[in-house]
Amino acid sequence: MSFDWPTLLPLIFAGLMGLAILIYVILDGFDLGIGILFAAAEDAEQDTMIAAIGPFWDANETWLVLAVGLLLVAFPLAHGTILTALYIPAFLLLVGLILRGVAFDFRAKVPAGRKHRWNRIFFLGSIIASLAQGYMLGVYVLGLDVGLGGMAFGALVALCLAAAYAAMGAAWLIYKTEGELQRKAVRWLRTALVLAALGMVAVSLATPFASPRIFDKWFVWPQMLYLSPLPILSALLFVWLWRQTFHLPRPDDRHALTPFLSLAAIFALGFAGLAWSFYPFVVPDKLTIWQAASAPESLAIILAGTVVVLPIIIFYSFYAYRVFGGKATDLTYD
Amino acid sequence: MDPLILSRIQFGANISFHILFPAITIALGWVLLFFKLRYNATGDSAWMRAYFTWVKVFALSFAMGVVSGVTMSFQFGTNWPGYMETVGNIAGPLLAYEILTAFFLEAAFLGIMLFGFRRVSNRIHTLATVLVAGGTTVSAFWIIALNSWMQTPAGFEMRDGVAHAVDWWAIVFNPSMPYRLVHMLLASGLTVSFLIAGLSALRYLYGDRSESMWKALRTGVFTAAILIPIQIFAGDQHGLNTLEHQPQKIAAMEANWNTGPNVPLVLFAWPDEAARENRFELAIPDGASVVLRHSSSGVVPGLNDYPGNHPPVFPVFWGFRIMVGTGVLMLIVSWSAAFFLKRRHSLPKPLALLMVPMTISGWVATLAGWYTTEIGRQPWLVTGVLKTADAVGPVAGSHVALTLAVYLILYVLLLIAYLGVLVHLALKAAKDGDASPLPGVMNAALSQPAAGE
Repeated sequence: MSFDWPTLLPLIFAGLMGLAILIYVILDGFDLGIGILFAAAEDAEQDTMIAAIGPFWDANETWLVLAVGLLLVAFPLAHGTILTALYIPAFLLLVGLILRGVAFDFRAKVPAGRKHRWNRIFFLGSIIASLAQGYMLGVYVLGLDVGLGGMAFGALVALCLAAAYAAMGAAWLIYKTEGELQRKAVRWLRTALVLAALGMVAVSLATPFASPRIFDKWFVWPQMLYLSPLPILSALLFVWLWRQTFHLPRPDDRHALTPFLSLAAIFALGFAGLAWSFYPFVVPDKLTIWQAASAPESLAIILAGTVVVLPIIIFYSFYAYRVFGGKATDLTYD
Repeated sequence: MDPLILSRIQFGANISFHILFPAITIALGWVLLFFKLRYNATGDSAWMRAYFTWVKVFALSFAMGVVSGVTMSFQFGTNWPGYMETVGNIAGPLLAYEILTAFFLEAAFLGIMLFGFRRVSNRIHTLATVLVAGGTTVSAFWIIALNSWMQTPAGFEMRDGVAHAVDWWAIVFNPSMPYRLVHMLLASGLTVSFLIAGLSALRYLYGDRSESMWKALRTGVFTAAILIPIQIFAGDQHGLNTLEHQPQKIAAMEANWNTGPNVPLVLFAWPDEAARENRFELAIPDGASVVLRHSSSGVVPGLNDYPGNHPPVFPVFWGFRIMVGTGVLMLIVSWSAAFFLKRRHSLPKPLALLMVPMTISGWVATLAGWYTTEIGRQPWLVTGVLKTADAVGPVAGSHVALTLAVYLILYVLLLIAYLGVLVHLALKAAKDGDASPLPGVMNAALSQPAAGE
């Protein structure tokens, strides 16, 4: 492989897109997860849960726009192929995101009697969006195969991703809340974690067996050795985190952020595994990142902007999180 | 049914729903900044009350705009893959810059603007308001640049059927871009002024005479009265620009079939494309020639010069008339209201009653204007480069029909809920008047004093 711009640019953009997806999944993962946990929470708790994500969700969802935007602008051929194949689940994802996003605001502004309705819509939107994302992941992993078996597998991944998001939501609540709600969040985390682990095993096993090409990338010596830390570390983190749920919350609220960081690490490891499986394809076994890429001069001008702006975005995102740091209190317009 | 027409209706429905909210947030951000700066300068807490009433409308509109905007970013791929395949090299960077320079900025500082008044210094809170308002405007800049490039493409060359960028300055500042950007920013300003004026008139009718109501009412009415003549002038200039670059669109807007001098200005007609003539025509002799060429013998392009290559006449003709008609109504209402507020320091009840439905006049004019210019671009998606029919994706018509039906139901329900909340917020503000609790005086210490309390 030669290292000239037409070779490097699609590679860089694949990396950027992967990063945007990973950040989205982690950040909006806890928003969506809290939406899913809404169904199990009391009225007063729901207000605190919203306060724990209210100032952030908008910026979190923007990472999805960036990820889809990068797919659109850097790999236009892949954007068309993937999204026409996933037409209905993509549509459901959008309906879910619409309902979730507007419910945030409506529930705080409608007359008191209607708040319950928007709480239910908030839950509904979050669960629909999570299931749709999981289903899309499942079908994508199988190479966009939409046979009956593919659909069943998609449904399984959908449930497990929803559970993983619920675990993220619970972990975020452990960090942002205190008292009874925090203890409840620990129990939610314990349950959701089991389902999330199941999903990760399912995807990890299905990916190599769905495609001989991916099988060969994993189960050959010595790659197997180099790759072994991915599954082993993930498994250790899962087990360790599960054991932690029996000791949390600690006195003085030590390690309140640990569950969230551990889960983020698990997501990152899983994502690295997927990236290794699919590289260099952006549409599994059909289009490589070089075949699907835009013209180098267009990619270069986007890259120039990205290099300047992305660090600034990350900087002020951290600032926004810091302004609303600490335990969540009631969210008012002041 | 035909996936092409269904996909067009679906995209039209999605973007029509979407534009309603940016049309509000682009200008409302600056109005909020104005309230904030007046508060900083005068220390009058009524300005801060106005801010906190309208920041709620901003938050809700922003959320509606974000979620409907996410839909747009998927629509390109789900329904129009041919678009990015052909002009992705141009559209891609413009969209990417919109996301990078605008979306993140707005989203990150919106939280501080909405909920951070007590957590950051007054200066930072004002800065957050500036950044959010600036973000919405920068976002408008990029998307208008892309839309204008589709209307009047420049700065590119075609290689193997794919557009490649040659001159980015020419692409961004393409011939129609400055006109369209100004026209849209003013449209947003008018949408917001009538929204504020209309809902304040509703408060007025409910007996609210609080300082914050007066401040919002005056801001809305005076802004509208100043912006509307500028908009009429900018719109006229935009029309002349269209005449130069997209004459077939002007021909459809005027329902003029034959090129020639002394073309009348058609006020009312039923354009009949099959017979290629206007029925029930009511027209001012030489009017179109005078408006477009500033001379009664000026030559105005006719549709018959563009057989099979001009837009459908009926929607373009009527879209334009609805926009202009709404604009004239805006001029009359805002100038009368400004007169009464300035001279009589009161608002006659019939005028206030008229201003309430005018709350959404900006939406009507904005949508009618966009229908005129977007349908007026047909049959092209990108003028002279890509036809709409060649960009549609290989999705089954039944899929598009099903999703379209769900979108439409969802949008109608959300619009009802949105308007219901606007009225609810206005009536709540009317009931509370100047007694509405100011932020910060409730429990926690303020990072800055709320003056007047």
